[in-house]
Amino acid sequence: MREYYQRDRRLHPPALTPDYKTSVARSPRYSMISLQQSASEITGPTFGHNDIDRVDNDLIRNYAKSGDPVGERIIVHGRVLDENARPVPHTLVEIWQANASGRYRHKKDTYLGALDPNFGGCGRTITDAEGRYVFRTIKPGAYPWRNWVNNWRPAHIHVSVFGHSFSQRLITQLYFEGDPLIAKCPIVATIPDQDAIEQLTAKLDLNATVPLDSIAYKFDIVLRGRRSTYFENRPEGN
Amino acid sequence: MAQKLDYLRESASQTAGPYVHIGLAPGAAGFDIYREELGWDIAGPNAKGERIRVEGLVIDGIGSPVKDVLIEVWQANAEGHYAHPEGGGEVEEGFRGWGRVITDFDTGEWGFDTVKPGPVMGRNGRLMAPHLNLWLVSRGINIGLNTRMYFGDETEANAKDPVINLIEWEKRRATLIATREMRDGIPVYRFDIRLQGDDETVFFDI
Repeated sequence: MREYYQRDRRLHPPALTPDYKTSVARSPRYSMISLQQSASEITGPTFGHNDIDRVDNDLIRNYAKSGDPVGERIIVHGRVLDENARPVPHTLVEIWQANASGRYRHKKDTYLGALDPNFGGCGRTITDAEGRYVFRTIKPGAYPWRNWVNNWRPAHIHVSVFGHSFSQRLITQLYFEGDPLIAKCPIVATIPDQDAIEQLTAKLDLNATVPLDSIAYKFDIVLRGRRSTYFENRPEGN
Repeated sequence: MAQKLDYLRESASQTAGPYVHIGLAPGAAGFDIYREELGWDIAGPNAKGERIRVEGLVIDGIGSPVKDVLIEVWQANAEGHYAHPEGGGEVEEGFRGWGRVITDFDTGEWGFDTVKPGPVMGRNGRLMAPHLNLWLVSRGINIGLNTRMYFGDETEANAKDPVINLIEWEKRRATLIATREMRDGIPVYRFDIRLQGDDETVFFDI
């Protein structure tokens, strides 16, 4: 049984974060029970290319009805790695986001920002053998939300990653380098560790741009690492 | 001088927010985009074992149903094998063992159809009682919550289950056990998840 490293919860938001008000009534109060991992935790769903279509990772094309979506064309790319810096290959990555005016294509979103007839706002892909992924999309706009009276979310993309076990499952958010709203956001501020916030900030990557077409950002995602198997007197893979 | 260890740090979790459906279940957000959404058929047509339905609510600290939660299910087949290379054995063709479930926006009710899993080999050769592994995310939940659902008609297996027995507060063990009733000839298990309160569901750090 090769276990995953214990999750370092000091890097993650605690359940109760009163400045993010919705957490107040939705945060468990008793301590979690710590489990030693079993087959139930070290296994998880697997995905293949039959599950998705090639265009699914192109948010500029995958919902277009009458033309291109409005806004700044961007590429978001990076690797899914584990805490041992090993790539996580063949794992599903799903993203969702607002359009350039900060509006989500969701029947519950009532923000004044305009819907874009050519933008759905979701995409998905499977990492390659080296854990790489890429999306093409439109840079999302900032938008206001009901928390304090005047809260604005920084531009962000939601990211959902599976890894290879149920214990690696993670949802996080990608922010954009240089956005002044990051430092003002109560949801970002649920993360207690400044380096951990920095790790969620995608960096401008001019080398990955498509000249005269799309600007690029690089965003690596790190999932939990796993202990090596001890084979005789030598840790395998080390 | 301590040895320098070159590890990375796990990316921090962030809430899935109120619009999680756009990414993970766009049909529920009100639009079609993919050829196929994922996680709607947990067991597939060839799965052996008893066909069951599981239903419930997620209830917040003031007793209201949470109407925007998304739940993922991970379970073994009737023989206790997971559909994974380290899952303990073969599974039937089409058995995925993974499901994605959303709540009704008006009532908060969720439900799914699957097969009842078998006992799964746990640590040190101790069998675990049949169970579903659940993971919850929503607006206001900063990091996904892991819990398990056990079956109310497995009294004997539940009493010996090594995970249930880890919970010192015996009163809290009941929060993991679903009640069974028959409806139109199908067993229906009811499992309400409480995020806070005296009867707060047990959540696991896995």
